[in-house]
Amino acid sequence: MSNITLSLAEIVGEKYVSNKEEEAYFYARDPGLMPAHKPDYVVVPETVEEVQKIVRLASKKKIPVVPMGAGMSLTGLVIPLKGGIVIDMKRMNKVLEVHEKARYVIVEGGTSHGLLKAYLEKNYPRLRHSIPDSPATATIAANVMIHGQGRLTQQYGFNSDMVSGLEVVLPSGEICKIGSCSVSPDWFSKGAPFPDLSGLFLGWFGATGIITKVALKLYPRKRIRDVEIFVTDREDLVPDMVYELTHTEMVEDINIFAQPLPMIFKDNHHITLFITGDTDEELEFKRKMIWHSLDGFIKSKDGGFMSVPPVMKPTLLDMPQQSVSRFADVKKGGGFEYSGPIIAVEKYAECSRKLMELASQYDLAYSAMARIIGRSHSMMFGFAFTFNRADPDMMERTQKALQEVAEFALAAGGVYWKPTVDEQRMAIERMDPNTRNLMKMIKTSLDPQGIMNPGNWEVH
Amino acid sequence: MYTLEFDENLCKTCPTCDCLVKCQYMDLSVDEAKEEMIKIINGDDSFVLQDCVTCYGCEEYCKRGNHPFYLITERREEKGILTAPRAITKQWINIGEPRGKFKTGDIKKKILSFGFMPELLELTQGRLFDDLMPSYVFGQEFFCNVVYIHFANTSIIKERLPMVIDNFRKLDVEEVVCMHDECYGSFASLAPAYGMEVPFKPIHYFEYLYNRLRELGDEIGPLNIKVAYQRPCSSRLSSEKHHFVADIMQLVGAELVERRYQNENALCCGDVLGMIYGYDLRNDIQKRNIDDMVEHGAGYCVFNCPACQNALAAKVTKRGIRPIHIIDLCRMAIGEK
Repeated sequence: MSNITLSLAEIVGEKYVSNKEEEAYFYARDPGLMPAHKPDYVVVPETVEEVQKIVRLASKKKIPVVPMGAGMSLTGLVIPLKGGIVIDMKRMNKVLEVHEKARYVIVEGGTSHGLLKAYLEKNYPRLRHSIPDSPATATIAANVMIHGQGRLTQQYGFNSDMVSGLEVVLPSGEICKIGSCSVSPDWFSKGAPFPDLSGLFLGWFGATGIITKVALKLYPRKRIRDVEIFVTDREDLVPDMVYELTHTEMVEDINIFAQPLPMIFKDNHHITLFITGDTDEELEFKRKMIWHSLDGFIKSKDGGFMSVPPVMKPTLLDMPQQSVSRFADVKKGGGFEYSGPIIAVEKYAECSRKLMELASQYDLAYSAMARIIGRSHSMMFGFAFTFNRADPDMMERTQKALQEVAEFALAAGGVYWKPTVDEQRMAIERMDPNTRNLMKMIKTSLDPQGIMNPGNWEVH
Repeated sequence: MYTLEFDENLCKTCPTCDCLVKCQYMDLSVDEAKEEMIKIINGDDSFVLQDCVTCYGCEEYCKRGNHPFYLITERREEKGILTAPRAITKQWINIGEPRGKFKTGDIKKKILSFGFMPELLELTQGRLFDDLMPSYVFGQEFFCNVVYIHFANTSIIKERLPMVIDNFRKLDVEEVVCMHDECYGSFASLAPAYGMEVPFKPIHYFEYLYNRLRELGDEIGPLNIKVAYQRPCSSRLSSEKHHFVADIMQLVGAELVERRYQNENALCCGDVLGMIYGYDLRNDIQKRNIDDMVEHGAGYCVFNCPACQNALAAKVTKRGIRPIHIIDLCRMAIGEK
């Protein structure tokens, strides 16, 4: 064993450290298209103290540190671009506290969405959190770190907007509490009424610190959920339809999808609307308001509510939705990647046309999947492609298409969501110089040695 | 090109104009009905072309063998009057497009046709069908295409239905038991109305069920339940077979409750009408229909069309009525359910 391996083993125990080839192979990649790069060490801590010691060791030895949740970003955010130590957070998976009346939960930094969902369903059936459509193993800390979105995003914004406190291990190894918890035993706010320091960490992909605890806001869990789908062949009208729907303030979540297969979905755009209620009366009232909000489009024959057969509903109501995984294997060979810029809802038609153009140009199977963020404040528009990993040509065509999406998204006024390092560079180049300098100052101040997830958000 | 065989004189000399007078969604006197039908025949504008909700009812109300609803559909298409939102029409046209993924069983001279209703594959089990299964067909290639009259799109029917009929011809079958009510209507009403030759004998599955139940007579245990029957829109195309509902109920010992919305006065499930016209029409029809079932003490709602069942099953359940397909009801009577 090397000295570093021994030192790491002293911190977490021999069982939870590896520099072996097979582990390195696994931790060198994510399910997306980014090139692999092996770490030198993988370590799986169980406590915040262990995380502190690992970071202090890395700092002392000037070794890169990459914190990792489930590694589901698809854009290579936890690929150790400069080697070093991957800190796999999955053993830190405890639900620490639920404050029922204040509706928030505190979880450890490796807790998965699936675990929290199961925990709440069992212990607090009237509470829920915003579940993203990533696999259930995706961790909460990583999800808020990338500004993920979930089933409550249309109502409450990005999942990171639902954070109400953080505990972070700084690059120096010190623990820092962010939000009300810095002065109070209660974790009800990540910033207000004090300066909101959560922005020093959220969105930085671990380049400024490692999240070891997250307080997350919880929301009322209604007894009944249902789904409706409004279909239209007028992509240009989708923003107007979404505007009317969000005006009702009665929809739980709004997702839009368009794809050529199966045939039932060909040529149309599907605005999927999730609704909830504690009683049939509440649900029906909401349904009525939602349908009526689109009466004008029904009358003009520009759209209508399709019949959603009972057999289709469980798939749609699944949280997370399994259909995303199924799409990932349409071409067999399990390749799936999407670029999901955050962009104005008014750009829906532009994005949709670009996606179809690219799919045709590069001969790729595609799916458009948009999620409305807030009351139509913006959307994530997913340019999704599926490919066969055993087909290098198809993979190359997918990469080219995604590169074009990246250029298009910026030009269209969008900003990248969970950007690859190349997209980060493109965004930084386009960024207001003063903003860029501020980012550089923050990064340099917090991580002067540049050991935290190096390669990400580097401003030169 | 196939054209509708519509006898104008039958219509112009009709003393009752039941087709429009009996309409549940428009209020017309005999004189008004005649005036509007003549406009429609002549290709003139008529409010009927705008207001018809596509319940198919007039096909049954007309006792002179004419096809008022098909005519309305033709005229709407000629004038570009859309019934459904374009996206809904496209969706249904796409669903029915032949994709070469059909299934056929061990084909005999007499077969079961499931059209393109996967639910029917699940339902068709047990002794009721053991003399025919696995002689069956399923898939878009055998989809009757009637649904497009809801969308004022006879062009697609004229294009696809002859191909469907030809697919049956290639199988060299003599009798086709249509497990979907709409399929029977397609071969027994729609195709002949457009001069399409049907080279086999279509048999409505009600008739088949009735005969099978009679064969299994000793095995039937009376159900002693009260049922309401949910009549589908397509049943208006084969009203001569509607009596089998009462006949079957009598055989299985189920009491068909006498209610307001039954037989000619039946209300449709509202599903397609919701897609076309929105919440209020759908909700009104469904509410009146289910209230009527409850008021008349139905314990079961018996379905013919799986699409109706999809639309209403959860809603009747919430009102304390058990939804059941008529095939399952028959299987229940012979102890299979």
